[in-house]
Amino acid sequence: MGGKVVTVTSGKGGVGKTTSTANLGMGLARLGKRVVMIDADIGLRNLDIVMGLENRIVYDLVDVVEGRAKVKQAMIKHKQFPDLYLIPAAQTRDKSAVSPADMVQLCNELRKEFDFIIIDSPAGIERGFRNALAPSDDILIVTNPEVSAVRDADRVIGLIEAENKGPARLILNRVKMELVRKGEMMSADDVTDILGIKLIGIVPDDEGVVSASNSGSPVVLNENSRSGQAYRDIARRLTGEDVPFMALDSGGGLLAKIGRLFGGGR
Amino acid sequence: MASFWDRLFGRTSERESSAQAAKRRLQFVLVHDRINLPPDIMAAMKQEILDVISKYVQVNEDSIDIALHPSDGSSLNLLVAEVPFTKSIVAPKPDIDEDDDLEEPTA
Repeated sequence: MGGKVVTVTSGKGGVGKTTSTANLGMGLARLGKRVVMIDADIGLRNLDIVMGLENRIVYDLVDVVEGRAKVKQAMIKHKQFPDLYLIPAAQTRDKSAVSPADMVQLCNELRKEFDFIIIDSPAGIERGFRNALAPSDDILIVTNPEVSAVRDADRVIGLIEAENKGPARLILNRVKMELVRKGEMMSADDVTDILGIKLIGIVPDDEGVVSASNSGSPVVLNENSRSGQAYRDIARRLTGEDVPFMALDSGGGLLAKIGRLFGGGR
Repeated sequence: MASFWDRLFGRTSERESSAQAAKRRLQFVLVHDRINLPPDIMAAMKQEILDVISKYVQVNEDSIDIALHPSDGSSLNLLVAEVPFTKSIVAPKPDIDEDDDLEEPTA
């Protein structure tokens, strides 16, 4: 059946879904994979600007579904990676313009030519989420170690199970290790305990992520960034490679380091 | 577990940390979210439990608290009913058979 469809979703908005999608798409392209990304957040187009492709859009997802454009016409090729494409969301329509069956049909067509089809799901649990979920082989849930985000993630996991999809895997984003160490932020273990799903990556909170989005060049391309490293690792795990989780506790001041040295810490 | 160094640096675990509070509160709320029992069904169950208990002990209806709790280690969640009662309605029998048996030798 060819390529694999990976849906990135979260329930709650603002947890870093689009940023994660952009980074994983580029992370997989870096590994030489043929990748197409679909922005399923119709009406709230974002993936294009995060990836630096916002000036090149002619046709969009709705144009393809409604037959005004061929799939190839709507795919924007990335300059740096010739095997990386984006199908942007429509900006002037709403989610009802696309159905789950449309998405399944589109992805079946794309599977023939790509190794990975990555879908950026909109927030929420309505039509847009159903559209993003319908064709998925693999589901990644993005959440932050905060009560509201984790609760919404749990709700989405329930809906995924009800659809006999999954099991979904978790990307825990914006982890501040200093706070985790002080007991002021839930750890990855806490969150996986609560949600009962497997972790695919922990992305540390990193100023580099915002500046990377600012310039349209996702942080996965920054070799010196820890969050970039986290996304590079997740991309490799998506290809089936067994990549050990990096130690995230090398931050903090000298005193904290000495304290950990003697106290064991976490 | 708080180490010597944790205590030295003021990172004691005597008080619940905010991360622990977050985890505990989430585990509680998710039991309810997941079971998705409609409020009217929950209320009906509460009333029925109350009716049964009221046959034996005097219960103040307002102080009864029935809640779902997350499991503590095992895989099962708990339905916990806190029912403060004032006195029994059925007066305890002064002489129960077993008591008689026990008291016989001394009598």
